Parts: sequence; structure tokens; C-alpha cells
Amino acid sequence: MFSFILRRLGVMALTMLCLSMVVFYFVNLEPNLKKLATFQTETRSSDAEKESWLARNGYRDGFFTQYGRWIGVVQKQPVIDPNTGQIAPRFRYCDESPVPVYSGVLQGDFGCSTAYRTTVNSRMPQALKATGILMFWVMIVMVPIALLIGVLAGMREGSKLDRSLSVASIASTATPEYVSGVIFVVLFASGFKYMADTYSFWPANFYFNGSAATAITQGISFYNFTLPVLTMAVYGIGYIARMTRASMAEVMTAQYIRTARLKGLSFRTVVIRHALRNALIAPFTVIMLQFPWLLTGVVIAESIFNYKGFGYMLVAAASNNDIDLVLSCGLVAVILVLVTQLISDIGYAFLNPRIRVS
Amino acid sequence: MENLGFFGVVFGIVARLWPVWIGLVLVYLLVWAYKPRLGLFGQLFNGWIGTVGVSICLFWVFAAMFADIIAPFGTRTQIAIMKNAVPGSVEADSAMAFLLGGDHLARDVFSRVMYGCRVVLLIAPAATMIAFIVGITLGLPAGYFGGKIDAALSFLANLVLAFPVILLFYLLVTPGIMETWPPYIMGGSLFLVPIIFFSVMFYTRFASAPRKLAIYLTATIAIGLWAWLNLMSSDLFIEKLNSVGLGWFGSMLQWSPFNMFGIETNELNIFVAVVFASSPGVFRIVRGLVLDVKTRDYIAAAQTRGESPWYIMLWETLPNARGPLIVDACLRIGYTTILLGTLGFFGLGMGPESPDWGTMIKDGSQTAQLRLYYWQGVAPAIALMSLVLGLNLLADTLREESLRD
Repeated sequence: MFSFILRRLGVMALTMLCLSMVVFYFVNLEPNLKKLATFQTETRSSDAEKESWLARNGYRDGFFTQYGRWIGVVQKQPVIDPNTGQIAPRFRYCDESPVPVYSGVLQGDFGCSTAYRTTVNSRMPQALKATGILMFWVMIVMVPIALLIGVLAGMREGSKLDRSLSVASIASTATPEYVSGVIFVVLFASGFKYMADTYSFWPANFYFNGSAATAITQGISFYNFTLPVLTMAVYGIGYIARMTRASMAEVMTAQYIRTARLKGLSFRTVVIRHALRNALIAPFTVIMLQFPWLLTGVVIAESIFNYKGFGYMLVAAASNNDIDLVLSCGLVAVILVLVTQLISDIGYAFLNPRIRVS
Repeated sequence: MENLGFFGVVFGIVARLWPVWIGLVLVYLLVWAYKPRLGLFGQLFNGWIGTVGVSICLFWVFAAMFADIIAPFGTRTQIAIMKNAVPGSVEADSAMAFLLGGDHLARDVFSRVMYGCRVVLLIAPAATMIAFIVGITLGLPAGYFGGKIDAALSFLANLVLAFPVILLFYLLVTPGIMETWPPYIMGGSLFLVPIIFFSVMFYTRFASAPRKLAIYLTATIAIGLWAWLNLMSSDLFIEKLNSVGLGWFGSMLQWSPFNMFGIETNELNIFVAVVFASSPGVFRIVRGLVLDVKTRDYIAAAQTRGESPWYIMLWETLPNARGPLIVDACLRIGYTTILLGTLGFFGLGMGPESPDWGTMIKDGSQTAQLRLYYWQGVAPAIALMSLVLGLNLLADTLREESLRD
């Protein structure tokens, strides 16, 4: 087991290295650098000035030098303004060390965000926290509902209940976040508000907020958090439910279930005491692997509902050509994906005694 | 402004869609008449889930085919007075109604939704097909040979799978990237894979019949290269070639036979990003299927006969793995549709005027639009959802039918 985890960690590190290099290459492509230089120098500066800005700040060094600097295995040199001879930091809103230092991701320095005009380190934690809260509530809503649907559908394969629940879960996998988001806002925010304003029988405050912006400033409530959580949960429910159903249906045909039934146990007892435990091993992997999927959902949901978390930041970074922030977001996302993969593998081995990882 | 009212809108839409209904009725009649001879396609109509799935898919296929007849207005026709018009508002000059209202640029939402399915149904199946060929070409050797090849290819696939889709899109489908080499190199190599795939396929099959082999290979390579050159002949790529002294290649691309159809650079980007995002999934499925099929007796028999590995992979293994692959293809077209919508929603790749559903949802989901003019976002959202639902239902029925025999 130990050597398995060690090997997986090795592959993980290699994957991370490769992916970060790819992202680094793409964010540092020529058009992006040009835009950055135009933005950082005077708007009307000549091409030569832009070029000298890029060269001075190390964007014209070799790929591996730049990448090493970002990682923190190559020293960062202080930038000297050729006109004044003074130290001029790359971006004026982030301080830089006056002496050469190793300062990169390994040292915990994620660089400087040009979109937010501050260091990445000062923005990342709060964005991650906001998204963590959202993800937590999505999981709380999504997993029990999905497991319940899956178990109910799978316990009597081919029954009416199974048919209708299966169609419902298929429909849910066909509803991406930008579809459900739009429909939910129209129905539960605008529609309910219209009902509350127009009709007296409708409870006065029974409608939801189509924006989750207040969730960060005033704390989360049913009013501002229901719709984003629901939007993200819907797309995931169908997938987990179908996996659970398949797993449950397989378990229900097993010999030991028949034995338990023949022993005279009630259907209820058989399902709850005998089938459920074995049927829930497979969905565990699926649920863990949902995290990377949720990542795309987070970006969409946070854009629709104006919730300033990680996804919102990623969009702001990518559309504002914010090189360091895109790199950091990419790194965080990749780490999340790899860690969940690792946990799902290890967890699966623990849950299923038939699998022994060597 | 005159308004048709709710029933007027419903009848108006049903009436405008007449070519679709005729098409659907024709298909039903044909299926009813020839059902025993239709095999799997006929069996799809056994249950109501399958019937609904096929009907939704066919509905959108016919809508895409006859979009010119169905849509009362063009995708860019702006009639200033109809800005944010309510569904059913009648436009005075042409006496035609904006059945699903007008959008924030005073264009007809109904017409744009109908033209939008054309965009989706052109790109999604084609991208899925290329992704499948790429996934199969890499998945077959990984599963069949195993060992180092498998380890290397699986690592590559996992690499792409660990990449968040949304970041991939932001990196690959930005306007700036069209000035650089990566999209052309990636697009060029992805489009080459089908040519290689079919060449190897015919080569392994007809190696002992040189005349047949010559005909098949020449045809494959000629058609393949012709299509490849056509696809690559975008203006930006030619400019790029000229700048590095490959002007002769650029002028060859401009030559009229190679300029008959083509895709713009932003479409190439979308294509590359979507294929890139979905082929590792196909790779995994194919690899798993090959690992299973490899243990069968007919594979052992072929190995004993001394067939070449690629013959066994392409002509013995692949046909026997087709069932799950067809099911996955249906699901994957749906997933690609969702990916295209995501691209549109973030304003990546598609032009701002483009009538695709994702872009329409993006425009309609601005807070003010959603609160006051909900139809602008809801109409394309329901259209996209229904198409994906149809494909998923179709896939589900296919899976059930294939499990039955």
C-alpha cells in the first residue's frame, strides 16, 4: 500500500510538472506578452519601448529560465530601470526583493495579479474559501439525493419506479449549469417574485435571489445560496444516480441477496442491511471524480450568480490576460484533480476488501 | 404593438415548423412499413423512451436542414423597433411575428434558435467523429500491446484528463492564439489522423491483393489530403506560412481546388479544443474494451494464423467492440454539444454575432436581460437541453437494445 501511494505521488508530481509547463507555455505566448507590455507601458509607447519593457522584466529569457523562476529553482533578479538606475518592480502594485532571491511557487510566492492589482497570495485564499463553501453545500445536496435516486431505481430493475427515475436522471445529465442556471433564475427568482408581488396567497418573501453576491458580504442564506447550489447539483445528480443504479442493480442479482431473500428476510431488510453496503462502493469513486467536473460547473455558476469565488477569479484572470493568476489558478485546479484521483483510488482499495493494491 | 397571445405563439411555431413535421411523418411511415428489415434502428421504436429520443434528434436534424424555410428572419436582421420585443409581437412591415420575441439587438430569437442548431449539428458530430478516430487509433495499440506503449499513452491521456476543461478552453480558444503556431500544428495533426487510420485499415486488409489495395489507398489518400488542404486553407494560416518563408505552401493552399470549403481559424480552434478535450475519454473506453476482447478465442485464432497486430486490432477487435462505442458516440455528441455551449457561454471562439445557442444563452443571462426579457436566455437553453436529452435517451435505448441480444 505504501509503495503504491509513493508511486502514485511520483506520477502526480510528473503530471503536475508537465501540465504546469504546458500552461506556462500557453500563457506566455507572444500575443499575450504584447498585450501585457501595452498595458504596462504607456498606451502610446513605441514597439521598441514595449520590447525593452519585456526584455527588462525577463520575458525574453529562455523558456526554462522563466519557468524555473516561476517554480522557484532559478533566482529572480531585481529589475533596474535603465533611465534612473533605481530598482523598478515589474508591476508597481507588488513589491519585489531588492536582492536576487529564489522566490517562486515552491517558496509560496505565486506572483502578481495584474487584474486585481495585488499579489496572488492575497486573493487566492479568500476565493478558494468562497468556492469551498459552495462546493460543500453542493455536495451536501447532491450526494444524498443522487444516492437515494440510484438505490431506489436499482433495487427493482425494470420497474415503473426505475423507468421514471432513470428518465429523470438522464434529463438531469442533459442540463448543463448554464441551462439550469438560466431556467432557475427565471422560475424561482423572477417568477416567484412576480407571484409574491401580484397574488396575496403567495407567501410574501417566498422567492430567491438571482445573484449570490451578497453571500460573501452578508453570509449565506436560503435566499441567496439556494439557486447556485441547485444549479450545480442538478448536472451532477444524474451521473452519480446512474452509476449507483448500475451498481445496485448488479448487487441485487448476486447470490447472497437471493440467499438472504430465501432465508425469509423482508425486501426492506435485504436492501438496507445486505445490498446497500456493497452497492455504495462504486459510487464512491464516481463522487470523488466529480470534483474536477464540479470545477467547470463552479466557473459557470459563479459567473451567472456573480459569486466571487475561484471560478469567478479564473474568468477574470483569463479574460484580462493576467498571466500569474491564470498560472496559479491552473496549478490549484490541477492539484485538486490529482488529489481527488488519488483519494478515490486509495479509498476504493480500502472500501473494497477484494482489491488489494500491491 | 400587436401581439398574437399565448396560443397564437404556439400555433405560429407549430405552423412555421411544417417541414419538420413532414419529415418526421415520412420517417415514421417508413419505419412502420419496413420495421422488420431495419434491424437496430427499427428496434429503437419499440419503447416510448426510444421513440421520444429518436424523434427529438430527428426534429433537430430536420430543423437544421430546413432552417432557411422555417426561420422567418435572418440571423442578423435587426429591426430596431423590435428590441427586446415580447414573444408574439408582430413586426409591422412584413406582418410576421417575432414568435419567441426579440433580443437585445432587435433580432428574432426564434430564427436564431433555428439557425443555431445548424451550427451545433455541423460541429458536434464532426468533432466527435475525429475524437473517436483519434481515441481509437491510440487506444487500440495501448490495449493490445500493453506494457510501455500503454503506460506512455495512458499517461498522456491522464495528463489531458487532469486538465480542467475550462482552463483548456481559455488557453486554446482565445483570439490571440490565432496568430501563433499551436492551433495550426494541433489542428493539422488531428486532421491527419483519419487519413493514417483509414490507410492502415485498408493496407492491413488488402495487403495480399495489390490491385484492390492500390485503388483503396489512392482514393483514401487523395480524398483525405484534398479535404485536409481544404480545411487548413484559412487566411491567417497562409499569412503565417508566408511569414516563415513557406510561401509556396501558402499559395498552394490558395489554389482553387483546395479552397472549395474551409473553416475559419476560430472554428479550427473550437474544433481542436473540443477534439482535444474528448479524445482521452474515447481512448480510455477503447483501451478497456480491447483489454476485454483481447482474451477471446477468435483473437487467439487470428494470432495463430499469423495475422499482423494491426490487422487483428482493426479488423478483429474493433468490430467486436462496436456496441459500447456506438452508445458512447451518442452520449459524446451530446457532451460535445454541452462543451460548444460552454464555449459560447464564455464568449470563446464563436463570433459575437454567431447564432449558436451558447452565445445566445450568454447574452440572455445578463442580470437585466434575465429579469426583464427572460425569453432571450430561456429559448436557446431549452433548445440545447432538448437536443442533449434526445441524444442521451437514444444512447440509453441503444444500450438496452444491445444488451438484449
